Amino acid sequence: MTQRIKFYQTGTLTVGNRLLDEDNRTVQGTVDRSNSLTSGHRACQGCGEALGARYVVDAAMRAAGDRLFAVNATGCLEVFSTPYPESSWQVPWLHSLFGNAPAVATGVRAALRAKGRTDIKVLAQGGDGGTADIGFGCLSGMFERNDDVLYVCYDNEAYMNTGVQRSGSTPPAARTSTTPAAGAAPGNVFGQGKNVPRIAMAHGIPYVATASVADLQDLEAKVTKAMNIDGARYIHVHVPCPLGWGSAPCDTIKLARLAIETGLFPLYEAEYGDVTDVTPIRRRMPVEDYLRPQKRFAHLFRPDLDAEVLAQIQKIADDNIEKLKLLD
Amino acid sequence: MQKPFAITLDIGTSLANHTGSWRTERPEYVDRLPPCNHACPAGENIQAWLYLAEEGDYEGAWRKLMEDNPMPGVMGRVCYHPCESACNRGQLDEAVGIHAIERFLGRTAWEQGWKPDPPAGPSGKTVLVVGAGPSGLSAAYHLTRMGHAVTIREAGPMAGGMMRFGIPKYRLPRDVLDYEIQRILDMGVTLELDTKVENIEAAFETENFDAVFVAVGAHLAKRIDIPAHAAGRILDAVSVLKDLETGVEPPQLGRRVIIYGGGNTAMDMARTAKRLGAEEAMIVYRRSRNEMPAHDFEATEAEDEGVLIHWLRTIKEIDESTFTVEKMEVDENGRPQPTGEFETLEADTLVLALGQNVDTTFMETIPGVKIAKDGVIDVDETLMTGYPGLFAGGDMVPAERTVTVAVGHGKKVARSIDAYMKGERYAPPEKHGLATFEAINDWYYTDADKTVQPALDLIRRQTTFDEILGGLDETTALFEARRCLSCGNCFECDNCYGVCPDNAVIKLGAGKRFKFNYDFCKGCGLCAAECPCGAIEMTPETI
Repeated sequence: MTQRIKFYQTGTLTVGNRLLDEDNRTVQGTVDRSNSLTSGHRACQGCGEALGARYVVDAAMRAAGDRLFAVNATGCLEVFSTPYPESSWQVPWLHSLFGNAPAVATGVRAALRAKGRTDIKVLAQGGDGGTADIGFGCLSGMFERNDDVLYVCYDNEAYMNTGVQRSGSTPPAARTSTTPAAGAAPGNVFGQGKNVPRIAMAHGIPYVATASVADLQDLEAKVTKAMNIDGARYIHVHVPCPLGWGSAPCDTIKLARLAIETGLFPLYEAEYGDVTDVTPIRRRMPVEDYLRPQKRFAHLFRPDLDAEVLAQIQKIADDNIEKLKLLD
Repeated sequence: MQKPFAITLDIGTSLANHTGSWRTERPEYVDRLPPCNHACPAGENIQAWLYLAEEGDYEGAWRKLMEDNPMPGVMGRVCYHPCESACNRGQLDEAVGIHAIERFLGRTAWEQGWKPDPPAGPSGKTVLVVGAGPSGLSAAYHLTRMGHAVTIREAGPMAGGMMRFGIPKYRLPRDVLDYEIQRILDMGVTLELDTKVENIEAAFETENFDAVFVAVGAHLAKRIDIPAHAAGRILDAVSVLKDLETGVEPPQLGRRVIIYGGGNTAMDMARTAKRLGAEEAMIVYRRSRNEMPAHDFEATEAEDEGVLIHWLRTIKEIDESTFTVEKMEVDENGRPQPTGEFETLEADTLVLALGQNVDTTFMETIPGVKIAKDGVIDVDETLMTGYPGLFAGGDMVPAERTVTVAVGHGKKVARSIDAYMKGERYAPPEKHGLATFEAINDWYYTDADKTVQPALDLIRRQTTFDEILGGLDETTALFEARRCLSCGNCFECDNCYGVCPDNAVIKLGAGKRFKFNYDFCKGCGLCAAECPCGAIEMTPETI
């Protein structure tokens, strides 16, 4: 969690600020950020993942002194950034299969060590499908071996570029193309899915954190911290998807913020399996405010308000808030 | 080069892919009119000088302020700050304490001895200003800045007008007033005191002034007929407050004083009576608190100091020290209606504070000059009367009667006179659209309560004319300035630059803001949605 500076009109909530010390500005606020994922990529308008990836990789580049190697699982991020023969990456970058990015990163790490290049840091990244489902075994292996890799999952809560199919990270009640809003219990079922940050923690690895595109300072602080730790590290970044969520492109950050403020996406850090810090909720909001602008939850509001399901989702948020003490 | 099957492009960067062609709406940087600027009768660019003050550039802030208002020290004390009533921050927590920062800048300028920017080269034109009140002084300041030679003629023995003769010392210490007036005179303005101007046409014809600005204010106290068998002392508030400034002996008001009226002058008069030693200072006003013309805080401050306000009462009869008052009711139109119920009050002196009229007798014979309703001078939108080259402003013309409106008239008339002397007619530039609270993304503003100005102990307020409100020190003034939301005007928070998923915002460096790279901007609108101050607008693309 970052230190909030109670200062000026906007404190440290904005990306930068002309009155802040250079040390307290974000990487994204600087003119010389590396723009690891540069313009011309083919992500949809208002793509949270494109934003999250630039936030993370730029911060990692800064922390690694620009000596960084990135491995990328198949997924939206890979598809929109590198349609052959163009690439948007301004960082050494390797495309793996959908399911083996953690293993490829392990290999890259080992190869660099063999060449004596321990100064180069290794980053692996994938979407929630590649992480929670398809690459799950490889990821667990990477954690178990405590390989010196930072793995970042950009979680947009479904397989988006293949047509919005449900993933292990899709929230309950959400409509996807494989969990249609039809029948007695429309949308994704309750009680399924995987909480990957919790699973990562269960491996007892040195560092696990959740982050969001709605809290840049927090995200950059966590990436920077992770880059300075040896061994296996995992950061799970919440990245709204206008296409899959059925939301307005301009609402991407607002929705990510509401996910935090409702308690549905809690921000925390864990070291060796234990939660060490949480980012408190600043203005608590009811889950309805988060769900209503998203068409994937439209069936909860039309034709009638589904108070029962809303209460179930609210309970998830309330439990997060209570368990992690997000209001203290 | 031999390309693989179905590949038409060369290997390279995605920068070759101009995603700007996807766009249906384009973001554009705009400057909107902040509500404070919009509400300021003196037309101050408040947001702009707060922006400089936020950086600790107090001199820059003061110079920006001085472009519109030559008396920050006075205005930071006596203005009723409509800017703060309009401030968008008021909908978030509390309005920015603009007046307190203005006052701080005024004091800092005094301590540092900052001088106004030197005037433009001499224009060869001469202007006569009649009346050395806020309007006349402001006009003289602005005209001098433009390079015109200004003479002020004042009928009284001191400059300042109602700032001196209407506003008590406990709200405006005289050293502040004297300093800021002298600073205007030091720019090269000629001030002739004890010089009553009777013949305005002669100023044009004999003395060859190119233009004349009349701003003598409203000094004639309104009277009222009250049947009195054997009347005690009846005074008017304007004269009492004026005597207090010019007289050697403070006016004798007696032990119990009734002030008749519900305006700011009535409140000032009652509070002054307390300070002059009256045991009882009572205000009698015919309507209720809701309808009074005085500002609510002034009634509250008067009551705090022990002034008793009899709402809904009219004085029907006076018999020596016994005042018969009738109870009133306010009807649905806000008008007071008699009830037929009476009661009595005891007092030694009655002070009337029923408002003031303008003495227009010296203007009435000038060809073309018209008297408007309520006995004020009729002017066009450039403040010119029907007589070419003769302008009028301040309390003499139809407008709200405050120091700030008067100072605003001074600026406006200076521009009008400048244009008139060039054979033109002043047309104000078009204003930006208003920056409403809805355009603000309030998430980004951290909670910060308004800074409280220190206030004098009640007992000293009741017995001395010492200034009630203290000023802010540098730290608190800086904090207060930084509470500004910068509504509708970029303050370089880097949000647009940071939140663009397409890296299509170019940061131009400190003080130079940003620009869009429309080759890559897909028009998602994230920058506009996440701009804290509403300085980005999405407009449909035309193809």
